[in-house]
Amino acid sequence: MKPFDYQRAADTRSAVAALSRQPEAMYLGGGTNLVDLMRLGVATPAVLVDVTRATSEAIEESSGGGLLIGAAARNSDLAAHPVVRHRYPMLAQAVLAGASGQIRNMATVGGNLLQRTRCSYFQDIAKPCNKHRPGSGCPAREGDHRNLAIIGHSSSCVATHPSDMAVALAALGASVHVEGVEGTRTVPMPGLHRLPGDEPERDTVLEPGDLITAVELPALPYASRSRYRKVRDRASFAFAVVSVAVALDEADGVVRDCRIALGGVAHVPWRATLAESALRGAPATAEEFTRAADLELAGARPLPDNAFKVPLVRNVLVRVLSELAS
Amino acid sequence: MTDMLLSINGDEYPVVVDTRETLLDTLRERLDLTGAKKGCDHGQCGACTVLVDGRRVKSCLTLTVTLDDREITTVEGLADGDRPHPLQAAFIAHDAFQCGYCTPGQLCSAVGMLAEAAAGWPSVVTEDVCAEPVLDEEEIRERMSGNLCRCGAYVNIVAAIGEVAR
Ligand SMILES: Cc1cc2nc3c(=O)[nH]c(=O)nc-3n(C[C@H](O)[C@H](O)[C@H](O)COP(=O)(O)OP(=O)(O)OC[C@H]3O[C@@H](n4cnc5c(N)ncnc54)[C@H](O)[C@@H]3O)c2cc1C
Ligand code: SF4
Ligand code: FES
Ligand code: FES
Repeated sequence: MKPFDYQRAADTRSAVAALSRQPEAMYLGGGTNLVDLMRLGVATPAVLVDVTRATSEAIEESSGGGLLIGAAARNSDLAAHPVVRHRYPMLAQAVLAGASGQIRNMATVGGNLLQRTRCSYFQDIAKPCNKHRPGSGCPAREGDHRNLAIIGHSSSCVATHPSDMAVALAALGASVHVEGVEGTRTVPMPGLHRLPGDEPERDTVLEPGDLITAVELPALPYASRSRYRKVRDRASFAFAVVSVAVALDEADGVVRDCRIALGGVAHVPWRATLAESALRGAPATAEEFTRAADLELAGARPLPDNAFKVPLVRNVLVRVLSELAS
Repeated sequence: MTDMLLSINGDEYPVVVDTRETLLDTLRERLDLTGAKKGCDHGQCGACTVLVDGRRVKSCLTLTVTLDDREITTVEGLADGDRPHPLQAAFIAHDAFQCGYCTPGQLCSAVGMLAEAAAGWPSVVTEDVCAEPVLDEEEIRERMSGNLCRCGAYVNIVAAIGEVAR
């Protein structure tokens, strides 16, 4: 690992100042992704600015009836929070579906959102990869891509975003509070992450030095009827092959409203807006759910070894919608 | 290099650490606390599990410099003098290991896991995330999934933890 300086920021302003002063610095959350990438030589910061005490760990109800989650809140505390469990069960389930108990105790909400792809070429600096070395090519397209994207990818990158939590946050329409050198702003989910296009080295719309300070959940009463379902290669402690997050507002057999996001399919947590609008006002039946899922997935462009994800994610989505409707 | 004071199993250890050092390397290479094991060094196997402020974490992904005011417990600190921790006794009674390499991590993880369950934390297999969890076999297996055992002693590990959970 390359030598680096360790600095602990006391507050958000000094954290942002530290990064603007030192361009080769990076923020450190729980370190569960960054320390690993530093050991692999993929991340080579000269300075680590620890922000686990600069940003808040608090999870508190916000004035608008939502929930304000400090960026330093640990994943395990988020999943155990009574408001999350009662009002946003799919978020609790998504967080609990990720990693292991030990890692969730370490991982922060800010770090979880900004974790990097698990594409095997990205994690191996001896291999070409447009994401870790722009312009070097994308071996995944012809090589190992079974776990990679089926939708929204580009010729330069077919990676997926690995976070389970982010899929639930995209479905809920959470807003990400950001502090940068220019001041503070909020970025609505799913708009934090970006499609690869011809700049796959950029995972998100954040600028260098931007600090995530909090994530805010909107009031969404019907999200108390919501579910996260993850399909993986073993029963536990594995990244998603595909996943779905669904909240359903149904009455008298009719869908009044719904929120759907898909994981393991794209460079971003994929908000299924086409399926959502097809379902609004439609009968809550398996036929309609299937039609909506097919409509969303009509834009899928699977690669040779991951075409199975298209029917898989469709079937999981139909199943979860049906479970929530009954 | 950074001068710091680490608090481990109730004792204070002054150390000079490289910022790159993980807690696992500090424990094993500098302090001769070799209970925590290095399996993968990537957060994937759980052999390095220790408790920080009572919570289970992976010491191979924890930078030592971040821990100056934390209380660390390793497997060496679980027993009460000559009296083994109830989980240690249960592991022996149930033959919950073969080679023993994963055992220190399994023990520390189980201590943390039982505290999480006692605090009412759900898991992904908890049918209703709002309800109080009941630690049956499926729950124990899911909650312990961050600890791999190459010898496949899972059946006895689950039985040992189940006995203490009751
Ligand atoms: C073995 C293993 C299995 C895993 N399985 C899963 C899984 O199944 N599902 C899943 O979703 N995840 C999984 N993970 C990933 C895990 O969830 C992430 O590593 C974790 O959430 C990252 O959070 P952190 O606080 O540790 O981030 P760090 O590693 O500290 O940081 C990650 C990135 O975010 C940046 N950063 C951190 N905080 C901020 C902030 N406040 N503002 C701006 N930038 C910031 C850092 O600079 C870095 O680039 C797994 C990880 C491991 C090691
Ligand atoms: S898919 Fe993206 S991350 Fe993977 S090798 Fe191609 S460019 Fe790199
Ligand atoms: S050595 Fe830490 S998890 Fe394997
Ligand atoms: S007892 Fe050998 S690895 Fe678990």
